[in-house]
Amino acid sequence: MGIEAQFQKVEEKLYQNRYLVDAGQPHIKIAPHEKPSKNLLAMTHLCPAGCYTEAESGQVEIAADGCLECGTCRVLCEETGEISWNYPRGGYGILFKFG
Amino acid sequence: MIDEKFDAIVIGAGMAGNAAAYTMASRGMKVLQLERGEYPGSKNVQGGILYADMVEKIIPEFRNEAPLERHLIEQRFWLMSDTAHTGMHYRNEDFNEDKGNRYTIIRSQFDRWFSQQSREKGVILLCETTAVELIQDAYGKVVGVRTDRSGGPIHADVVVLAEGVNGLLGTRAELRPRPQPSQVALAVKEMHFLPAEVIEQRFNIKGDEGVVIEAAGTISKGMAGMGFIYTNKESISIGLGCLVSDFAENQSSPAQLLEMFKKHPSVAPLIAGSEVKEYAAHLIPEGGYNAIPKLFGHGYVICGDAAQLNNAVHREGSNLAMTSGRIAGEAIYQIKSRRDPFTADNLSLYKKMLDDSFVIKDLKKYKDMPELLHTQASNLFLTYPQLVAKAMENFVRVDGTPKIEKEKSTFSSFRKKRGALGLLGDAVRFARAWR
Repeated sequence: MGIEAQFQKVEEKLYQNRYLVDAGQPHIKIAPHEKPSKNLLAMTHLCPAGCYTEAESGQVEIAADGCLECGTCRVLCEETGEISWNYPRGGYGILFKFG
Repeated sequence: MIDEKFDAIVIGAGMAGNAAAYTMASRGMKVLQLERGEYPGSKNVQGGILYADMVEKIIPEFRNEAPLERHLIEQRFWLMSDTAHTGMHYRNEDFNEDKGNRYTIIRSQFDRWFSQQSREKGVILLCETTAVELIQDAYGKVVGVRTDRSGGPIHADVVVLAEGVNGLLGTRAELRPRPQPSQVALAVKEMHFLPAEVIEQRFNIKGDEGVVIEAAGTISKGMAGMGFIYTNKESISIGLGCLVSDFAENQSSPAQLLEMFKKHPSVAPLIAGSEVKEYAAHLIPEGGYNAIPKLFGHGYVICGDAAQLNNAVHREGSNLAMTSGRIAGEAIYQIKSRRDPFTADNLSLYKKMLDDSFVIKDLKKYKDMPELLHTQASNLFLTYPQLVAKAMENFVRVDGTPKIEKEKSTFSSFRKKRGALGLLGDAVRFARAWR
């Protein structure tokens, strides 16, 4: 059994959550790049919501709909300008039922 | 949008923001509070344990109305290897007292209640409003904020930045640095629902009694981190956090670590058959005393997680946040009642008052601990837990080996792994950081 099958996938965890997605207004963006930095590449493992993936061509991509707004990628990748990080517009994004 | 000018604007409706807003409004100040979530608490995450003393200092009768889950009567510390845990349990019937000392809470519920109390004192709360920029005048004094709502900027005499560990305003205005990866832990957490009776049976408690389990060891794969299990009324909060710098270096997945923690043979039976209703992630300030930014300046103060006010050793954060918010509110009120301007000089009163409180005194006491945990992570969180588990097995397992040989094997395993000098050095370093 592979690690993926052994454990519940992140996407399944996110189904339990409540979101109000600001369609077409992603609050995190990745700057165009040839080769991702070590930290940006690490986000493909680190992001607790699994928002970051590595494309076959080697670039890192983001789909921020499931973002938990923790800020880990901001702490690791904002300083170098690889990503831009904003909060979603007021009322949008993750809405914790319990927190 | 809002033409009037306020005495104070509070950014955020978490523990620090609510405490500051309540304190100022109850003294008659005109306070505007901004919260980007749909309701107070909808963006906030905590384990969470509430420390009664610090709430009492703000709302003495809170126990009558606040949404509390269970009062804690037992604390378990677990040192974990892959198959074992070596525990120290402290339980005391004296914690079944009229006025409980610590309670488990669910943040979205508690924050909504706390904010309601502030509004009853006159705080104007704007939810679904993200503050995007601080406004500074030509002299650098903070004079208001811009939000993502239509309409112009909102002005106030003073701004309380209680925007949380990952707040953007203070960093963008260069009033505080963005946290470094070694100064924050990433924690993930799930809410597991079970009937109250099942929780009470599994944790050996009754009524509103509650238990806390804090676990360290191989569950964090050699990274500086901890797992936790808290009993709520009809749910169990289970989570795990490690330093972001360690996560990055190890390329680990926090979601997967949490899954492994849940499957640990000591943990799995406690949550078996539960229904998971939420998965959350949040950063925890771990930088300690040395990571505290300048707490005040022209027209502003910084409180709570935004100021790195978190005691990582004792797992205390919300009480430091709440206390810093209350003290900021009191300091601001004092300055206002003297009709003094909110200059940096005058607002230094906030820092003076905070320095005299347990908040800064406690953080000072442990100022060297974050560095130790950071540099000694693999020894403290991997090697020693494995050694302790082996030592306990040597002590307990009966297999015909003479005890003297078992003891020798235990001592030599410690010496082999860390060396006699290493052991001594570790003990000295730890004692120093604790002092």
